[in-house]
Amino acid sequence: MNKRFISFITAGDPSLEKTREFINVLASFSDVIEIGLPFSDPIAEGEVIQAANMRALKNGTTTVKVFELLRSVSVCSKMVILTYINPVFVYGYEKFFKDCNESGVYGVIIPDLPFEERGEVIEFAKKYNVHLITMIAPTSAKRVQMLAKDATGFIYLVSSMGTTGVRSEFAVGLDDIVKQIKIVTDVPVMVGFGISTHEQVVKMSEIADGVIVGSAFVKIIAEHGDNSALYIEKFVKELTIG
Amino acid sequence: MQAVESKSGLGRFGEFGGQYVPETLMNAVIELEQAYAFYKNDVGFNRELAELLKNYAGRPSLLYFAKNMTKALGGAKIYLKREDLNHTGSHKINNVLGQALLAKKMGKTRLIAETGAGQHGVATATAAAFFNMSCDIFMGKEDMERQALNVYRMKLLGANVHCVTSGTQTLKDAVNETMREWTRQVKDTHYVLGSVMGPHPFPMMVRDFQSIISKEAREQILETEGELPKAVVACVGGGSNAIGSFYHFIDDIAVELIGCEAAGLGVDTSKNAATVANGSVGIFHGMKSLFCQNADGQIAPVYSISAGLDYPGIGPEHAALNKSGRAIYVPITDTEAVNAFEYISKVEGIIPAVESAHAVAYAMKVAKHYTGCIIVTLSGRGDKDVSSIARYKGEVLYE
Repeated sequence: MNKRFISFITAGDPSLEKTREFINVLASFSDVIEIGLPFSDPIAEGEVIQAANMRALKNGTTTVKVFELLRSVSVCSKMVILTYINPVFVYGYEKFFKDCNESGVYGVIIPDLPFEERGEVIEFAKKYNVHLITMIAPTSAKRVQMLAKDATGFIYLVSSMGTTGVRSEFAVGLDDIVKQIKIVTDVPVMVGFGISTHEQVVKMSEIADGVIVGSAFVKIIAEHGDNSALYIEKFVKELTIG
Repeated sequence: MQAVESKSGLGRFGEFGGQYVPETLMNAVIELEQAYAFYKNDVGFNRELAELLKNYAGRPSLLYFAKNMTKALGGAKIYLKREDLNHTGSHKINNVLGQALLAKKMGKTRLIAETGAGQHGVATATAAAFFNMSCDIFMGKEDMERQALNVYRMKLLGANVHCVTSGTQTLKDAVNETMREWTRQVKDTHYVLGSVMGPHPFPMMVRDFQSIISKEAREQILETEGELPKAVVACVGGGSNAIGSFYHFIDDIAVELIGCEAAGLGVDTSKNAATVANGSVGIFHGMKSLFCQNADGQIAPVYSISAGLDYPGIGPEHAALNKSGRAIYVPITDTEAVNAFEYISKVEGIIPAVESAHAVAYAMKVAKHYTGCIIVTLSGRGDKDVSSIARYKGEVLYE
């Protein structure tokens, strides 16, 4: 399958050293690896990733330490940070994107920073050549092309209503949204939220340019902790190769 | 009278405010913004709301001259704005009736809300019952325990009460969970945010619905005293009763506006919810404002004896009023609030909500320094707090 694959794990869950190990495992199968910079109140996340955020913070994971980790990993996959606007704002927009640049970060996803509020952030993302990833939702409706037009890096198409987490049903009309996007941009469209099986990966990859899998990996880490690497490898193979 | 509101941004009060929500909710907040912009100037809507406030909520609320307190404390003549006398027992009903009516006009069939002390949950459940809408309330586990009576009231009113076990299991987490629920089912559901917080248009809209407090109080004080008060005092969690109490006095620059925030065990301890005293600028729950947070921007666990003030942020308009100096915000500890709770019960025969007792406590401290009158808003009644205050005092209750 020559479709793109993005994997997600939370930095510092169960420890930053283990995150490094998991990144190395995922890299062989992932075009992009999203690293969650933990936040105390992640409102777009379901229970699985919420709990990972809590574990990571309890372990003393900080923004500075996550940048240190990212600076020191060397994999072929592109690295993307997923976090919430407050940790970025408090760190300082300029400093955050400068550090992204210096750590080789390809893009940043901020679920609670909608298009209308990007203004104060985008100049720094541009200045330091970091993509501020655009999210499009099943409820975006008339907003789809406005959002897609300015997208760079890739587009994160939210598969369904609600929060992140494994699910069996997705919103109807995703293919229409992808068609609308394709009219205005060539930026790859990646579908995320709730994808956890090879079958779903294949199905979503038919609609879009690829998929994002997060909660399913985080669930493995919640279960196996320090010993997750083997299970992650087995699962990512299953997902991508079948 | 748009004292600090910027017309240019998305509901900005100076640098504060904004609309920081996930894309999934953007059309919902835009739809709400447009509906509110239309209905707030709609004669029929306003007539219907005025009728509900009068004949269902029991407005106008009294501006009561607290003769005994005034005599005992010396100095200022103390007036109490009696929001505790409203139907459902607090100021929350003012906002809820406005939002529920708006939601009905928008064709929504379901109301969801967060609640801390349970007052907003009770008010929302009441409006849902009245308008025949379904209702889901999200409440932190810890708050469900300390406000068990209100949980049962909500159930009586036909609402489903969901226990929130994430994070600190209090108001902040209840807001998170209600926002998550809104993203799950945005089409038929209106989120009745309970305070002057969250993404635009909530801070402006909730303020407008609560501003009836100061609209009445200003007329009432001019009628009885023939002059404006020297100060208006109200408790602040998110800040809805405070902004409602301040709003029509903002342009009266001689009137001091004082918000009382929850200092818990003290502003120098780790157990408080004093956002202005200890917080810094951040972006959370849809708004740029002041928050209690650590150096990494992680929202801090906060504490107050009062579930309604136990929130790590403050509404954006308050952040702006604080920055401009137009209003000041003072910390009141648990001990001071409980003393005030007992004091006003004994002296005036009025049992206030422990939230409101924070405002009473400040008035008790400063009354002697004033000549003229001050208005203290009693945002709610204290029935819900009686058992937790008894526990705090080590009393044994046989329920």
